Amino acid sequence: MAGSNPNAKPMNLTLNVWRQAGRHTSGKIVEYQVKDISPDMSFLEMLDVLNEDLLRKGDDPVAFDHDCREGICGSCDLFINGRSHGPEKGTTTCQLHMRKFSDGDTITIEPWRANAFPVNKDLSVDRSAFDRIIQAGGYVSVNTGGAPDGNEIPIPKEISDRAFEAATCIGCGACVAACKNASAMLFVSAKVSQLALLPQGHVERKTRVENMVAQMDKEGFGACTNIGSCAAECPVGISLENIAILNREFLAAKATSNNLA
Amino acid sequence: MSWITKTLTSSIGRKIIMALTGLFLCTFLVVHLIGNLQLFKHDQGAAFNTYSHFMGTNPIIRTIEWGLVLGFGFHIFEAFALTRRNKAARGATGYVSNHSEQNSEWTSRNMGILGSIILIFLIVHLYNFFWRARFGGLDKMGGDNPETRDYDNLYMAVVSSFHIWWYVLLYVAAQISLGYHLWHGFRSGFQTLGLNHRKYTPVIKYVGYAFAVVVSAAFAAMPLYFFLFTNDQGDLKAAIASPIMHAVASAF
Repeated sequence: MAGSNPNAKPMNLTLNVWRQAGRHTSGKIVEYQVKDISPDMSFLEMLDVLNEDLLRKGDDPVAFDHDCREGICGSCDLFINGRSHGPEKGTTTCQLHMRKFSDGDTITIEPWRANAFPVNKDLSVDRSAFDRIIQAGGYVSVNTGGAPDGNEIPIPKEISDRAFEAATCIGCGACVAACKNASAMLFVSAKVSQLALLPQGHVERKTRVENMVAQMDKEGFGACTNIGSCAAECPVGISLENIAILNREFLAAKATSNNLA
Repeated sequence: MSWITKTLTSSIGRKIIMALTGLFLCTFLVVHLIGNLQLFKHDQGAAFNTYSHFMGTNPIIRTIEWGLVLGFGFHIFEAFALTRRNKAARGATGYVSNHSEQNSEWTSRNMGILGSIILIFLIVHLYNFFWRARFGGLDKMGGDNPETRDYDNLYMAVVSSFHIWWYVLLYVAAQISLGYHLWHGFRSGFQTLGLNHRKYTPVIKYVGYAFAVVVSAAFAAMPLYFFLFTNDQGDLKAAIASPIMHAVASAF
């Protein structure tokens, strides 16, 4: 195989996997053995091997979320050995490779735990609460018509860079999963500060933060206590500074918006 | 609900009340600490009792005292409200394996436990000193000075309390908790208020660390000083009345 390490020894691992048949049933940890895992495999490929074994035996395969497997879509969402997306910093589960583990390791794999993220099945969780927060205000309304020229609105490089940093949030929910309070504030703050920094976002600036925070609270996410687990576990490195921006935006909007409700 | 109550009961609103009351209580700690340094003055409590008489009778101080009651009240109430909300947000099933020690500081995850220890201390502390000073139960100072003769002798109440071993232990444990509480709480308050800036946040962080250590160590020094170095009248024990201790005491 091109790019593979010829010296890499295959590994045998013990997996403790959360199994749960459906949203309203109770689940439990089930132990599995996987053999001959290449260190070049991604974590999800290792789970594919497990599922092939299970299918061969006629067992139900383990359900888990994944899509692009390139670290950009935000679909994969495993809590591995007590950490969002596993032990490696700045990495999604799909980009976590088995070379980070050793032969004979026991790996515990659980779904994101939050009241607002109910478990669909096994390791797959329903993160549509994030979609509803985005629908509440995480957008810019633009009239249809000819596409505006790319540089029609001048934006300083520093501002566009900071907005871009916030925009890199892939909405995976690792922040919620890592947070002691299952707070979604790092996610919400990334979206709010991205749009608050840019002139296109100024039109809906106040209603956006008011509505997104209201939706976040309605979904049952916790409140931030500035622990910092979220930023430490974020695969794209969204910083806590965004939460300070969210708090400022929220306070300013509440104090000055025309919304009396 | 009006927009005001909606704002103040939202997750961010409650956090902002936490931050404002917390930072206000930090200013109280400074005032309380500076006043209490008079315990170290070597004058059989004359300065401390004059100070506590002033604090207990001055109308301006008595008015601000209500602000302090509200500050503590809201800080404690919001702590319970937020803890309930945050516990519910995790859901009924927690993690089997959760290594939060690998991504965050212990103090920041245990503000509730630290605050609860401080709350227990606060109740004992208020009953023993504040309640007795305000609602009677203390001896008068006596002596020849007609001005201070009728002042409550709070100093002797402090000295005798600080000769009870379990009382000293409770004080020191509470001050360690306070130190850890402030270690996270000080900078956290600024962050919640949105005061995060790459120029000032590192400064706030280290000022907060220094504040936590200095305040808790200075408060903890008071019971330890009386327990270890003085007799039950507040006089330095002869055996350890070294020139250094006298120099420190007379410096006040």
